[in-house]
Amino acid sequence: MYVTTEPLRGAARSTAKVPSTVLALGMVSLFTDISAEMVTAFLPMYLVYGLGVGYLQLGLIDGLYTGATALLRLLGGHAADRTGRPKTVAAFGYGLSAATKLGFPAAGGSLGAIGGLLALDRAGKGIRTGPRDAIIAMSAPPDTLGRAFGVHRMLDTIGALLGPVVAFTLIAITAQAYDAVFVVSFCFAMVGLVILLVWVQQPVGTRAKKKISVREGLRLLVRPEYRRLCLCAMFLGLATVSDAFILIAAQQRTGVSQNLLPLLPLGIAVTFLCAAIPVGRLADRIGRWRVFLVGHGLLLAVYGLLMSGLGGWPVLVLALGLHGLFYAATDGVLMACAGPLLPDEVKASGLAVLQTGQALARTVAAVLFGVGASLVGLGPAFAGYAVVLVIAVVASWRLR
Amino acid sequence: MKKIIGIGAIVALSVVAVVYVASASRSSATGSLDLNARESVLFIDGSGKVGQFSRTDPASGVVTDRSCLRAYTSAGTTVCMRSVAVPPSFEADVLGPDLAVRRVIKLDGTPSRARVSDSGNLVGWTVFREGDSYMAPGYFSTTSGIFDRRSGTLYGSMEDFTSFVDGVEHHAVDRNFWGVTFADDDRTFYVTLGSGAKTYLMRGDLADRTLRSVIENAECPSLSPDGTRVAYKKRFGDRWRLHVMDLASSRETALAEEAHMDDQAAWLDGSTIAYSRPVDGIPGIFTVPADGSGEPKLLRGNASSPAVIGG
Repeated sequence: MYVTTEPLRGAARSTAKVPSTVLALGMVSLFTDISAEMVTAFLPMYLVYGLGVGYLQLGLIDGLYTGATALLRLLGGHAADRTGRPKTVAAFGYGLSAATKLGFPAAGGSLGAIGGLLALDRAGKGIRTGPRDAIIAMSAPPDTLGRAFGVHRMLDTIGALLGPVVAFTLIAITAQAYDAVFVVSFCFAMVGLVILLVWVQQPVGTRAKKKISVREGLRLLVRPEYRRLCLCAMFLGLATVSDAFILIAAQQRTGVSQNLLPLLPLGIAVTFLCAAIPVGRLADRIGRWRVFLVGHGLLLAVYGLLMSGLGGWPVLVLALGLHGLFYAATDGVLMACAGPLLPDEVKASGLAVLQTGQALARTVAAVLFGVGASLVGLGPAFAGYAVVLVIAVVASWRLR
Repeated sequence: MKKIIGIGAIVALSVVAVVYVASASRSSATGSLDLNARESVLFIDGSGKVGQFSRTDPASGVVTDRSCLRAYTSAGTTVCMRSVAVPPSFEADVLGPDLAVRRVIKLDGTPSRARVSDSGNLVGWTVFREGDSYMAPGYFSTTSGIFDRRSGTLYGSMEDFTSFVDGVEHHAVDRNFWGVTFADDDRTFYVTLGSGAKTYLMRGDLADRTLRSVIENAECPSLSPDGTRVAYKKRFGDRWRLHVMDLASSRETALAEEAHMDDQAAWLDGSTIAYSRPVDGIPGIFTVPADGSGEPKLLRGNASSPAVIGG
């Protein structure tokens, strides 16, 4: 266990407010996520019914950009550190994504143009993520970082939940005037950008005295504590079964009606947003790494429930609730964990490297799980991942 | 000062959004459906509303204020697949002869195909989803289900049936089903199975919950009114072409439509097939002779999802 900022018992109960910059960034993410999830939820419908595009072409549009997003995330982090202006870099990312929303109606039925816009949108997301989390890490007092990230992730998740509701409501009230969805999505994204520009402060002390070179950045990033954290996060990421399979297994194993499938992700998200702040505070109090690992213990419990052969409602609710808690205990908490380990000069790139490593590990895990499940079935695949997860948690517990 | 500008900008953006949505919300209803009409076609207008036109005068007709993404009707039973705002999702509404909703079926994915048996007793549908992780990124999974109005039985997914390909049970987890069509006995149906890189036309049996392959490379089947032929789209590389197969002789005929199309065809009568395909980025309903002769004709522009009313 590392104990850089272990506060006194009860300190997290203090009435110290979450910094206004963190709250403002939370609102930026809320509006941006409404905007983004509106388009994500509605794009398949738009392409098929608005433009008459078939499945075959749909496959070509999507899914080509995962690698590019990872690369841009690293670049965004580096640019924020190099210029010492994370807010400016983040604003560029938010602005780029906002602008693409108006491009969709203009692109019409051109699949190349739509694919390009989606790539730009994801590029914007990749660029802004590292700088954004760096601003949070630099703006909040070190002893309440867990709570600060909890507040941000809660607002972020609320936005993600509202987006599809807004999009589908618009379709209902405008008689499928698809352009209206894009225009409203653009307006939400712009509101987010305005809040960023007006209410988020460029963190003080980040103006680099001298420009950080890639080499110096890398040297700062190989500090042993941070390196171990990255390796552990990736190892744990490799043992993480993707949401899609958790949901399929939850539905199959508990025999709950197929009709309820669309509601299952909602259960996870609602638990996540309700628990984000309390779990963040708990992490500040008893140790973030400990909470991060306990979170993976909860994931192990989810695997166990899904393998147990127990059926029915209570098991389903418990599994989804635990999975939501897993997110609350790992998503923002990992950033809060890494923040204090990184000097301000490399904070954005350090967080970006960590996020990218974890995301790539989870992607590999998702693909391998798919292969495994098709070869040996869902149950044995979960058993295999459970074993890897146990090893990863134990190893991470000892390493730190 | 900066904050005042910020608040002003947010107010301005809100006004833009509200005004744009208000201007886009207009009612365009011109009448209601008449399920007793003869030689008539149910369709979905470019505005997303269900409408109806006569085959003898396809340019006229009515557009109602019922929104559906995909619809079908037969013998007084109509299915309307639509989006729902809260929670954001999709459902299939099964309507009775009076067009009142008799049953709501929640769907797990974006609507794709809809069908009703000639008797009006069985309703079939297909939805698609992105991102099931056993697929390569960007690819889709589909689910097809059937609802039996007589017994109230819901067959939520064809994956629950036992599939046989060339007589051998097919276990692969990447089984996807799309495009249900029904035979007259209200028990036999046809559907596409996709697995690996292959597709199969499957003959299904609701009573013993089995599916058996008929031929390879045939998607979105549609049985002829007399049940002797099946129309489907056959894939060539990244294009599909409409074909009709005689079930007794297995003889396959390519239809005259040469453009790429992606739809489940509907038989307007024993010799004419209707389907939609995009024209300049906007879907339109076309017809083509079922025997491979003639040429495709645009029946109605800015329209999709054709279904025959009154034979």
